[in-house]
Amino acid sequence: MEYLLLLILLPPLAGATLNGILGRRFPRPVVSLIACGSSGLSAIFAVAGAWVYSTLATNPEPLIWKYFTWIEAGAFRADFALYYDRLTLVMTVTVTLVSFLIHLYSRGYMEHEGGYYRFFAYLNLFLFMMLTLITAANYPLMFVGWEGVGLCSYLLIGFYFRKKSASDAGKKAFIVTRIGDVGFTLAVALIFWTFGSADFHYVFARVADLPPGQMASTLTAIGLLLFLGAVGKSAQLPLFVWLPDAMEGPTPVSALIHAATMVTAGVYLVARSNVIFSHAPEALGTVAMIGCLTAFFAATIALTQNDLKRILAYSTISQLGYMFVGCGVGVFSAGIFHLMTHAFFKSLLFLAAGSVMHALSGELDVRKMGGLRRIMKTTWITFFVATLAISGVPLLSGFFSKDAILAGAYEGPLGGPWLYWLATITAGLTAFYMFRALLLTFHGSSRMEPAVEHHAHESNGKMTFPLLVLAFFSVIAGYVSLPPALGGSEWFAHYLEPVFGASEALLKASAMRPHTEHLGELGVMGVSVVVAAAGILLACWFYWKSTGLPTYLAERFDGVYRVLVNKYYVDEIYRWLVVRPVTRGSETVLWRAVDSGAIDGLMVNGSADLTTGSGGVLRRIQSGNLRSYAAWILLGAVLWLGYVVLQ
Amino acid sequence: MVPLAHILALSVILFTLGVAGFILRRNIITIFMCIELMLNAVNLAFIAFARYLGNLDGQIFVFFVIVVAAAEAAVGLAIIIAVQRNRGSLSIDDMNSMKL
Repeated sequence: MEYLLLLILLPPLAGATLNGILGRRFPRPVVSLIACGSSGLSAIFAVAGAWVYSTLATNPEPLIWKYFTWIEAGAFRADFALYYDRLTLVMTVTVTLVSFLIHLYSRGYMEHEGGYYRFFAYLNLFLFMMLTLITAANYPLMFVGWEGVGLCSYLLIGFYFRKKSASDAGKKAFIVTRIGDVGFTLAVALIFWTFGSADFHYVFARVADLPPGQMASTLTAIGLLLFLGAVGKSAQLPLFVWLPDAMEGPTPVSALIHAATMVTAGVYLVARSNVIFSHAPEALGTVAMIGCLTAFFAATIALTQNDLKRILAYSTISQLGYMFVGCGVGVFSAGIFHLMTHAFFKSLLFLAAGSVMHALSGELDVRKMGGLRRIMKTTWITFFVATLAISGVPLLSGFFSKDAILAGAYEGPLGGPWLYWLATITAGLTAFYMFRALLLTFHGSSRMEPAVEHHAHESNGKMTFPLLVLAFFSVIAGYVSLPPALGGSEWFAHYLEPVFGASEALLKASAMRPHTEHLGELGVMGVSVVVAAAGILLACWFYWKSTGLPTYLAERFDGVYRVLVNKYYVDEIYRWLVVRPVTRGSETVLWRAVDSGAIDGLMVNGSADLTTGSGGVLRRIQSGNLRSYAAWILLGAVLWLGYVVLQ
Repeated sequence: MVPLAHILALSVILFTLGVAGFILRRNIITIFMCIELMLNAVNLAFIAFARYLGNLDGQIFVFFVIVVAAAEAAVGLAIIIAVQRNRGSLSIDDMNSMKL
């Protein structure tokens, strides 16, 4: 098991190194074989690790292996140590599985692109960093993975680096998440300063031993700082602006990094630190609040977007908000459950969108699609399945996980009516905008440009196979945790109980929520089914039956429509408040005054001017007239002598 | 015995003559002889002090100065001849080709 865990991590690293250094010389089949093979090996080892772990006698207990000491400076010490418990198990299996499928898909998608080996090297490096993040046994090592995935995300968003918008988007993603990373770093420093160690098992044991309420302010500060890191990484309010722009990258990247795995790192961080958060209910309340607001906010933006990938990006932000609601109300297992199901159906949505984009020569505007269902059968069916799953249609995975979160928002330790209703409304919005995207893309009559339509074709098997596999998982992933109301036993939630149970129990005990009248599990479920159905029917009515209606409404409520289309002007506000002062300040103060004026003018040119100036004066003394030199010497001697004598 | 002050006064007069000649004359050979004059004025002062203090250090110093002066005369005169051959002039005012 000790080596098995390393074996999960190492193949992607080896693949990245091999492709990164030698990939230029390899033919394409070799490059893709190395990349897909290494991620596939990683997936096999992840599954094997899960199997071996469940046969161990110590099963629910976390396993910790220290491989070597990484940093030792005074009292500070960080090991290269890995941590494996049931949460890690769920994460590694999900991440490696989705990642393997996306590697397979990329073989087809990137066929006609340049930089083939570069793409796969980055992708493998990303997988390695993500696995480091998940399996780290202390915060500093987790931070390495955290920054590593950020780096890979930057490299892959800016993959088409000749395109200005792509390289700008890469920088934006890197800088905006960096704001969150400040929070993470401070949190790690505070944890070390408070507990003298940043190892998970030590810190969590110390915190768990505290009586509730003790050191609450410190723990709240740690919790809020950790959450700041999560907000940056997982694109929550107010740092979500980078994720929509990240769609500039190749579509498999959007699917893997900006939907299924990296952006969920924030959720994982909160879930992993559940012991700390359980002693800081205020911080956890903030998590739920921000998550809920983000979910609603992003869903409203998604209603009016016309770029297929951007609709999915806002949808991702919204679904991440849901996961935070799940964690924030004190039902961590629901958050992780949704993380897992979302990884399947959202990566499927993105890959299907990529397939559409591939067929339409890069077209992404849903207004210029339509009727694709006749041309692209497999893509249509898989997209349809994923849309049903994310909309919360019963019996598909999204329904169960979303329902677990909504139930938590309703009756969880930190839940509350407004959280529940806002989340429920968001569920309706989700159903609406996803069906809008589906109908505009695949149904109705074709609005494609003739040249594009002529070329349109179904993608080849390399791309459709992963779609089918993901569609399969999107349907069945929910059945790991059937709610009791449907005769299930919430197996998944019970499975994660060794990780979250104590925290959830503590929160339940300390919340002291007055027991509100019981809507009941079936009630919650009924409401969400009705809301989802309403969203779907509304979308069908708008975009299928009377297609003139959306335009009419947009004209009627021009103000609202324009605010939504322009994404609440958040980018513009940031440009005004942050970007412009910085660029202006850089231009006038730093560039013109400091660099051009002080450094270039005063110091570099100034010292040169001083030398030439004084040289110009002093060279007059060197007249070539020997007698005047002698006179100077005499004068000097006399003056010196006079000084000595008069002393 | 001649008092120290007298000898020093002579030394000063010789030195001043040397300086004045050095500054005012234009012929290199004259200037060269003025330098010798200044050196000898200094030598005189050394001897005078050595005798006054009953100490041989000054006299030894004079030997050194004479040796250096001899060497200097040899090199200096050689340079002067070279200059005369190259430029056909010994005027100090013509020797300003190092000037910027």
